[in-house]
Amino acid sequence: MRNPIHYRRPAAGTQPEHLFPRYASTVKRAPTQPLVMLPQTETELTAPVFGYGELKRGDHDLTRQHAGDPMGERIIVSGRVLDENSRPVPDTLVEIWQANAAGRYPHRVDQHDAPTDPNFTGCGRVLTDKRGNYRFVTIRPGEYPWRNHYNAWRPAHIHFSLFGQAFVQRLVTQMYFPGDPLLDEDPMYNCVPDERARRRLVSSLDWETTVPEFALGYRFDIVLRGPEETPMENRKR
Amino acid sequence: MSLHATTSQTVGPYLHIGLTWLITEKLAGAGVPGKRVSIQGRVLDGDGEPVNDALVEIWQADSRGKYGGKRFRGFGRSATDDSGAFRFHTIKPGRVPGPGGKLQAPHIGVQVFMRGQLKQLVSRIYFPDEPANAQDPVLALVPAQRRATLIARKRGNAGQLEWNVILQGKGETVFFDC
Ligand SMILES: [Fe+3]
Repeated sequence: MRNPIHYRRPAAGTQPEHLFPRYASTVKRAPTQPLVMLPQTETELTAPVFGYGELKRGDHDLTRQHAGDPMGERIIVSGRVLDENSRPVPDTLVEIWQANAAGRYPHRVDQHDAPTDPNFTGCGRVLTDKRGNYRFVTIRPGEYPWRNHYNAWRPAHIHFSLFGQAFVQRLVTQMYFPGDPLLDEDPMYNCVPDERARRRLVSSLDWETTVPEFALGYRFDIVLRGPEETPMENRKR
Repeated sequence: MSLHATTSQTVGPYLHIGLTWLITEKLAGAGVPGKRVSIQGRVLDGDGEPVNDALVEIWQADSRGKYGGKRFRGFGRSATDDSGAFRFHTIKPGRVPGPGGKLQAPHIGVQVFMRGQLKQLVSRIYFPDEPANAQDPVLALVPAQRRATLIARKRGNAGQLEWNVILQGKGETVFFDC
């Protein structure tokens, strides 16, 4: 059987290694044995499909999930999900989560002494449209301390989870904000050597996304791994 | 134009806020054909300590070896508890084609996310007492002494299986690069 697609390997320096000692938790959790190269079979080239029936109206608006308005600065975060061939990835599930404006998560292990917000859970999800676009309304998350090293603070960020159209496209990442002085010190942001790859994790203030008298807009485009067009049989492996 | 895939980042310790709404531990309803299996396991770190902030996702074919059927989506998601445990109640998948069209042994694709992993771990669950394992093209790529880490173990009753994620050290699970 011909296998029509094969997803390209990530470009050098653009994806992290499992072991990255500056991020201390990787030390006891990264595999120590070499990874085994897995051929891309149907298992790796297919992915679950999620439908509108599984989402609620308003799942994209994190500011309207409770009785009142959350504290903080309302923002719009939107962008396109593309593959490495610049093709849109339509109808794919995008899940996000984030801290509140004070840098606090409503989570049992978050002990940071900052206020919780009864009007903000920090959880949203959408499906991309036919052109790969997504859009969330939320509030700007706060920075927060973590115990990785002395005086460690995470830059403001939003966590993203995406499925794509193949098991090998599954991606969890984080979106950062332009001009954040904490980025230089953050082990997670600095987990790859390619500086351009790091900068692509930073959203940009975007006037087209901004709604006058309502909210500033930030654009964050996300790229999933892309397929080669060459049939497997024609490739020298 | 050729772009580069966005850099992966960890789910961090607060993954539950965004990801638990889609927890799916029971994959197969009563009407779904196939042999019922319950897979339980634990995620353990390099000190043998349970990882209580991991998310385990599985992706599998239906009993005929087809992905993404109408009656059986084949996707599962479980978050580990304080003992590092996760569980799935599903069916044994059929055989799906592998490299060169040769059938693979029944298997389930696994991705594991956690604080302390900057990108997900990829593994597979195979089934015990499965003659096709001996000819499976993927298992054949794994050093023989490590293959057992990919094969679930029987626990008592029929269909009760155990498959653990050992991150480091003795019995370290085989993880794949795909
Ligand atoms: Fe976070």
